[in-house]
Amino acid sequence: MSALVVAEIPALPLHTAGKYVAAAYIVVFAIVLIYVAIMAIRLSHIERDLGELLAMTEEEQPQDSSTAERESAPA
Amino acid sequence: MYGKGLRSLSIATVVAVVAAFTLVFFYAPLEAEQGFLQKIFYVHVPLAIIALCGFVLGGLFAIAHLRTRDQRWDLRSYVVIHMSLIFALATLITGSIWAKGSWGHWWVWSEPTLVSFLIVFLLYATYQPLRFSIEDPERQARYASVFAITAGAFVPMNFIAVRLASQYLHPRVLGSTSNLPGPMALTFLVSLVAMALLFATLCKYELTAKSTRFKLRALRRRLAGEQAQRGARRRSAVPEPHSSPALSARVAGGGAST
Repeated sequence: MSALVVAEIPALPLHTAGKYVAAAYIVVFAIVLIYVAIMAIRLSHIERDLGELLAMTEEEQPQDSSTAERESAPA
Repeated sequence: MYGKGLRSLSIATVVAVVAAFTLVFFYAPLEAEQGFLQKIFYVHVPLAIIALCGFVLGGLFAIAHLRTRDQRWDLRSYVVIHMSLIFALATLITGSIWAKGSWGHWWVWSEPTLVSFLIVFLLYATYQPLRFSIEDPERQARYASVFAITAGAFVPMNFIAVRLASQYLHPRVLGSTSNLPGPMALTFLVSLVAMALLFATLCKYELTAKSTRFKLRALRRRLAGEQAQRGARRRSAVPEPHSSPALSARVAGGGAST
């Protein structure tokens, strides 16, 4: 089936201006790819920050509960 | 808030870009004069149109910011201009490649369309240095908005001036799409929609990332504030080592009476 589809597709005249067209489309693709890579780095930073905040809140919670226990304990 | 609808927009963008590239390479006929090289037109021209529209949109968002003093409009204006600058860079590079294939030169300085687009690009390249050279956030947003409005007004004026220029080599596209054969016009329109969707998706990604970072920063400040408050409370609850209850009572009672 796929061979039939490929056979139906007209051949591209790449020998004439193929390198210029390929270069133009690769540039656009590369720019989008670089942008996505930058976004991925930013996302990892956000994830790291979130992890730090989660650790901070988890650190606070046991301290709070132990302080509350001490305060509520009978003298 | 900005992340709403991002998934469906991303899917629509991928579908549109794949459809556009399929039409470009397997449906649109070869142009009589330029042949296969003309395929660059389907990516270069939509990029240029979206970049210029983005610059104007940035100016409109800046007007909304100055009118309402709402920082969200400033953020939108910044993101749209930032993205338009990336699209403009892609336009310059693809245009240069096309010029090399068609005219034999990477750049022609006597061509008003090329030079005017470069001027617009260089003008907006100063936006970020100007913005980040101001430390006060409110002043920064205000000055950036004024810049975005002025430069945004310059874009259509520049476009009209170039259209009025008598001597040019660069092919005219806008206003002559009716001369394009049906399959070429359809391919061009699909490519334009695909680039517009790509622009919108990337802007939305950027806005979502920035908004999330601001929220994280606010949360960090709040948590740090709460920690400091708790620490201060704990310190005040624990009695100081060299203060006796008798001394404290004396101090509370009015001083060192003998």
